[in-house]
Amino acid sequence: MAEATAAPDEASCEITLDNLLDFPEGREILSCIQCGMCAGTCPYGEVMQYPPRRIIKMLQAGLLEEVFTSDSLLNCVACYACMAKCPRGIRLTEVLLPLVKEQVFTQLPEIPAELQKALENTLRYGNPMGESPRKRAQWVTTTDVPIRDLSKDPERVDVLWIPECYMSYHPRGQQASRATARVFQALEVDFGILGAKEKCAGECARLVGEAGLFDKLMADNIKLFDKYDFNRIVTSGAHAYDAFAYLYPRFGFDQIVEHTTPFFARRVEHLKPLLTRKLDYTITYHDSCCLGRHNGFYEEPRTLLQAIPGVKLVEMAHNRVNSICCGGGGGGMWLDTYYAAKGHDRLSDRRVKEAIDTGADVLAVSCPYEVSRFEDSLKVLGYDDKMMVRDVAELLAEALEP
Amino acid sequence: MNILAVLKMVPDVVEELEVGDDGKSLDLDFLRLIVNERDEHALEQALLLKDKHGGAVTAVAIDAPEIDDVLFTALAKGADRAVKITGVEEGLSTRAAASLLAQVLPTVPNLLPADLVLAGCQATDDLDGQTAAVLAHGLGLPYLGIVSQVDASPDGGKAQVLTEFPGGVRGEFEVDTPAVLGIQASEKPPRYIPVAKVRAAMKSQTIEEVSAGAQPEASLATVTGMTKPESSAKAEMLDGSPEELAAKVGEILSERGLL
Repeated sequence: MAEATAAPDEASCEITLDNLLDFPEGREILSCIQCGMCAGTCPYGEVMQYPPRRIIKMLQAGLLEEVFTSDSLLNCVACYACMAKCPRGIRLTEVLLPLVKEQVFTQLPEIPAELQKALENTLRYGNPMGESPRKRAQWVTTTDVPIRDLSKDPERVDVLWIPECYMSYHPRGQQASRATARVFQALEVDFGILGAKEKCAGECARLVGEAGLFDKLMADNIKLFDKYDFNRIVTSGAHAYDAFAYLYPRFGFDQIVEHTTPFFARRVEHLKPLLTRKLDYTITYHDSCCLGRHNGFYEEPRTLLQAIPGVKLVEMAHNRVNSICCGGGGGGMWLDTYYAAKGHDRLSDRRVKEAIDTGADVLAVSCPYEVSRFEDSLKVLGYDDKMMVRDVAELLAEALEP
Repeated sequence: MNILAVLKMVPDVVEELEVGDDGKSLDLDFLRLIVNERDEHALEQALLLKDKHGGAVTAVAIDAPEIDDVLFTALAKGADRAVKITGVEEGLSTRAAASLLAQVLPTVPNLLPADLVLAGCQATDDLDGQTAAVLAHGLGLPYLGIVSQVDASPDGGKAQVLTEFPGGVRGEFEVDTPAVLGIQASEKPPRYIPVAKVRAAMKSQTIEEVSAGAQPEASLATVTGMTKPESSAKAEMLDGSPEELAAKVGEILSERGLL
């Protein structure tokens, strides 16, 4: 008798370095022509001992063990630049790099302290900051918008909103959460959150190489989502979106998943008449790696920003597929000290310099990691009186005010 | 060399602590326990000594919620054995718990004598640092506390120990082994162990359970009451422009004769 609820057979469906060639996405790697586009476009390519091109060659030559014992791949911020530029379409960031990083992570003699703490916190508390899981939805008490907590009132809802860790705990993230709730309300969306039950989606754990932690978070989350009745998941986390849209489905997860920015963009005609307040801002939009290069949501945030009266949109030199990573992906969020110790340029610094060059006064973002990273860089570089960082949802909510 | 690392669980203060209905203990309903941080350092120091000199490390703990996770994590990190003492009444005082360990550990097969017994030198619920000292007394072994460095030759019967005192003063000791040490910090931060390795340890290794048997007599001191700290005075927040604030601060300072 077939068991409908049987756990996925990990041995057969999960791609590993040993069975790479049994999968079409693994066989792609054989088509590499060693052109070096990946290494050239990698934001840390020049400081990597083993940039993607070399990793592929090492793999083909059976010398991958050398890559495992180097910390080179800790410099990979999982920005999808190599994958987006590969003329052969090799899914580097999606397939090969996480598998290699998993081995690197396991063999690292020491995990950089901040990263270790973030991973330990995520395992224990379900968020990398080590905040109380019970306080995850405490920010809800600071908004007038009614927000249903499904863990207390589990009645069916249209949108299960997953704000994710930074939007739940970081003070600037909470501002964006309040703004997002305000936009949901204006659009008359029937939405609810999981309150204290929500926990990290785990994408960064997966892409830094802590696959076991990711597996645990995914199993917990899939079990949790199964308990509630909703039509779709809408998350504010660009990385959470990737986890739900790409990583979880490999293990049988089949919910409809959206990110708040494209979700709002699809309702822009409904939103437009409500955006009554003129915002006299010149805005430059930073394409996040997950939403931009990985998912092609280039026009959605721009459509929303242009729907706001008074806004002038300008572009940075590197935009859309060429956008420069903020440095927060693939565990980079907790590797700033490690990169600084190595003497690497901080990617968020690189990015805000470009943003300043546009003459804009607002740097708009759609990924919760970017707010703190860019605000930090603006302060460090002395530009904090010239430019503010705002989530697209924050700008929409501001324009909704009478 | 054989080393014991003694681990215990303490309240995780990431959640706010509440006093229970009896008015003299913590409300356990929402409390989650976490391994004492300094005990993690004790385990790490034990593993570092094993890495250096060989031998075996045994992690030992009194049963508590989530203790199995802690012991499997110790096994995954490189401990060779994990021993859990079961059948212990809840809420033992530090002194009673240390006495119990001293009573039970000698009955565990092939455990003692160990060259070193390492425990955290303090815990959030043991700021006096009694655990290691009372354990040493019960086992009849020498004791050194606030230890931040340990070395021992595998066959020498002696350990070299660095202890810390207030004001940055350090003491170098040589102690006959077996000995009990209260570890303040391991020489390297406690290592990270990937979740997959802990899961593998759960599948392939086992925790030895040892019954506590007769409990030692209750602590000589009992808790008669527990209260949350009360704020006695409130800070006054000043508002205004920088100039107004500076004027107000100047006023307050001169009012109180501080200028």
